[in-house]
Amino acid sequence: MTDKSRRSSARLTRRSFAAGAGAAGILAGTTPFHIGRAQGAALKVGVLLPRSGVQAGIGQDCQRGVEIAAGILKDLKLPDLAIMNGDTESNVEVSRARAERLISEGAQLLVGAFDSGQTTAIAQVAEQKGIPLVINIAAAPPITEQGYKFVFRNFPTAPMILGDAFANQKEIFDAAGSAPKSVVFMHVNDTFGTAMKNGIGAVMPKFNLSFNIAETIAYDPAARDLSVEVAKAKATGADALLMVSRLNDAMLITRELVKQRWTPTAVLSMGPGWYEDQYLKTLAKLADGPMSFVPWYDPNKAMSKQLEAALAKAHPGINLNTNHIYTFEALLIAADAYKRAGSADPKALADAIRATDITNNVSIGPGIKFDAKGQNATLKNAAIQNRGGKLVTVAPKSAATAKAEFPMLAYDKRG
Amino acid sequence: MPAEVYLNVAVSGLLTGLVYGLMALGLSVIFGVVRVVNFAHGEMMTIAMYIAVAAFSAYRLDPLVLLVPIAAVLFALGYVMQRGLINPFINRPEHSQFMLLVAIALIMVNGLLIIFGPDAQSVQTRYAFDSFALGPLIVDATKAYAGAAAVVVAAALFAFFRFTLAGKAIRACADNYLGALVVGLDVKRLYALTFGLGAACVGAAGAMMVLLIDVTPPLGPAYTLLAFVIVITGGLGSMAGALLGGVLIGMTEALGGLLFTPSAKSMFAFGLLVLVLLFRPQGILGKSPS
Repeated sequence: MTDKSRRSSARLTRRSFAAGAGAAGILAGTTPFHIGRAQGAALKVGVLLPRSGVQAGIGQDCQRGVEIAAGILKDLKLPDLAIMNGDTESNVEVSRARAERLISEGAQLLVGAFDSGQTTAIAQVAEQKGIPLVINIAAAPPITEQGYKFVFRNFPTAPMILGDAFANQKEIFDAAGSAPKSVVFMHVNDTFGTAMKNGIGAVMPKFNLSFNIAETIAYDPAARDLSVEVAKAKATGADALLMVSRLNDAMLITRELVKQRWTPTAVLSMGPGWYEDQYLKTLAKLADGPMSFVPWYDPNKAMSKQLEAALAKAHPGINLNTNHIYTFEALLIAADAYKRAGSADPKALADAIRATDITNNVSIGPGIKFDAKGQNATLKNAAIQNRGGKLVTVAPKSAATAKAEFPMLAYDKRG
Repeated sequence: MPAEVYLNVAVSGLLTGLVYGLMALGLSVIFGVVRVVNFAHGEMMTIAMYIAVAAFSAYRLDPLVLLVPIAAVLFALGYVMQRGLINPFINRPEHSQFMLLVAIALIMVNGLLIIFGPDAQSVQTRYAFDSFALGPLIVDATKAYAGAAAVVVAAALFAFFRFTLAGKAIRACADNYLGALVVGLDVKRLYALTFGLGAACVGAAGAMMVLLIDVTPPLGPAYTLLAFVIVITGGLGSMAGALLGGVLIGMTEALGGLLFTPSAKSMFAFGLLVLVLLFRPQGILGKSPS
């Protein structure tokens, strides 16, 4: 070793090494993760999801939609997005704080946040700071009824979900030649659950359904024991369950149904939980049977096949679902608007989003287009049923890949 | 609503309440003897739950089989905590003790977050979906096993305090601290032993609780609060009161949820607490200060 090289290596003291490593760590921790590396400045997109807390399972599932977006956006020759991850911790107040923090750290557009309560808080921050928010999943109608200029929702509102759900239920029961006479409506007692409960009274009478609601049972979304709720539902003598739930509670309710030896003729879910992969994997044979009436993907669209292939490659064995579809589409909207705006200026971005007209997409319906309120009012839902760990589309007829199994096979006859 | 629905829900509440009671028993034992309120009680239960989850994931060991080993680990933790951290605070003002135990609780929650992450974890035993049918009564097998185990552990603790020399010495310390010193009892060691026993109770409760609910690191504070509600309802420092309080809170939550709104069932537990504080401030089986 020469004197020069010795001097040079001597300069690298433990202190300077530690300082360098610390600086590198800080840099690595704060540098946004690029999902694409094409030319030009990437749009900084803050993706807020419940990655921990009671909704962690769903938040992490939405994240899969983020992970598979890069390749498809690149194929579409859309600009790069630099993803800045934010965890709402399944908490409204934390959501607000995280949104503010992401904006202060340079986020030029926000995406999120699965939950209506959390999204409402983020929408207020986005509007106040003048940063566009593209909602991936959140159904409470008031979010797009406030006259906000920077908030856009590519997800159906609660009345839209209910309207399609009841239409699909009618179609399924007409085809089966039998139907439940009464149901118990169980819902999470949060912003989404309450919006759905309020919507049912207005929407249900329009569909002349065969069943009446024998009892409405609200429960805590963070509940760890739902035995009382299920006992109360069973005691009504209703045929079926009409559900608005999340993931953990859907699993708790299924466990209680088995333990309390009650198999309803149908579980009709109008929200998340019952079709999630974690539900299917955890409960195995006991997961079969529930039908979910949810915003879904059109299997005939080219981009649906592309998204399915990307998910299968990145996460083998995971079924494509609402979480992936709508989180992906939120990023698609962001990249498309950024390309057309030609600038990361928030106002230019918001104007570009407002003028969105994407027909090459994934969700059911003619495409992505926003009305004056920032709502995509053209989305349609589907009915899907859990069968052997997979999801099959059972309504509407135009998109169905299988006939609905009704009534459900009793839990004690599943081997 | 048919009568058997009330019966089913009441039995479910009773069995859950027995596990609650065992958890609160640990808090009551510690306070009754050491006169320190363990604000890390729920967090210690979550540690026990995570030990059960880890052992089940790695070796498929049933938490009920692990009940004694987990209680032993928590006993050691409690013993060391008392000797190393809490003992110097025994004669300090209560706010110092409070801050110390809250700090320990926060360290435990964050330690669990670092080790296990924020997601809910559970144990799926082969009997997780079983139930027993006794006429119109359907009893959840998991709750029945957990409730029975809680009764056995509580009975063992009662027997320890009643029939063993160490148990009698601990009771002597609780009754007359100065007298215990005068007759030459090693009070510091007995305090550590008591804290260890209280921790073992909560460890056993955690091993059973993991059969009933999923565990997440932030679960602790809610169960610390629940343990307080139970011991205040039953009588702070009373072992029988803690068990009774647990059963009452468990049944109140269950029946309150059935008769009114399930989403507000915790409200009924706190309603019971308010009633007890109004009409019997020392708790149902607590001793009056006079």
